Amino acid sequence: MGLESKLPGFMMSTVERMLRWARKNSMWPMPFGTACCAIEMMSALSSRYDLARFGAEVIRFSPRQSDVLIVSGRISIKMMPVLQKIYLQMPEPKWVISMGACASCGGVFDTYTLIQGVDRFIPVDVYIPGCPPRPENLVDALIEIQKKIDEGKPIETPA
Amino acid sequence: MSREPDAARARAREIALRVGNRFVEAAVLVGEAGGTTTMTVPRDHAIPILEALRVAGFDYLVDVTAHDTLKLEEPGEERFCVHWIVHAYGLDARIHVRAWVPEDDPRVETASVLWKAALWGERECYDMYGIEFDGHPDLRRILMPEDFGAFPLRKDYPLKGRGERDNFPVITRDKA
Repeated sequence: MGLESKLPGFMMSTVERMLRWARKNSMWPMPFGTACCAIEMMSALSSRYDLARFGAEVIRFSPRQSDVLIVSGRISIKMMPVLQKIYLQMPEPKWVISMGACASCGGVFDTYTLIQGVDRFIPVDVYIPGCPPRPENLVDALIEIQKKIDEGKPIETPA
Repeated sequence: MSREPDAARARAREIALRVGNRFVEAAVLVGEAGGTTTMTVPRDHAIPILEALRVAGFDYLVDVTAHDTLKLEEPGEERFCVHWIVHAYGLDARIHVRAWVPEDDPRVETASVLWKAALWGERECYDMYGIEFDGHPDLRRILMPEDFGAFPLRKDYPLKGRGERDNFPVITRDKA
């Protein structure tokens, strides 16, 4: 005896709303963990914080099968071409989370090897501050992307 | 054999002096730095002396590295100093061998014929300081990208680099 018994047997919606609903509730993450933020990402994915509650439990290590790229960690000049290639390999629609201080702005590593923020070379949808951020922050970032999808602006953020 | 630090140091010093005396023309300088016995040798004699140490029981090469004296208050004999840190497990002793290398001809012989462990250490030393190791079978960069055009641990290289970190194509939403 659930909610459906109160319904008249059918529902009206638009295809677009239906798509958004489906998209936002099955975000498959592509983890790009290069540093300690990746440890917090693993924590967010496992039982205590359980990212699966928000439909993001299917970790895809192939960019071809994923929706959201989680850049968690510092990106060196040797890693940046790899990150760009992986971003380009992801099918549309796609979103990017820049997790932690290093991915967002280089963090404390203002040196010759380190990219000073991945958003200089790939588009980023949501930034997470912190060094490293807590798993709750990652959950919040995912919800933020879900809100964006719900508002119907999946790929309209400044590059 | 005692494992007291002082005794280990005395053993290392004794071997360093004994080996140094065998190479009279090299005028080896035996000293101590930070509790480790040091041998300062001419770069042409570095490999024969390292070989003698290896025969004397120094079976483990801890590291091959270098330092740049460019901005030090006390300049060295030459700009670069190459270091070989060798350890003798059987004797519990450690010796730090150093050789000065000039800026205009930064090269020494490879130690990889004595210890295979030198292969990666020498590549790193080349990558960071531009010191070339003659006889190394594969002297390529090991940490930096292959097309990196500088030796970043040289003290005249700026900490923030020369724009290498800003030199990537920008991928925008439209292009992706």
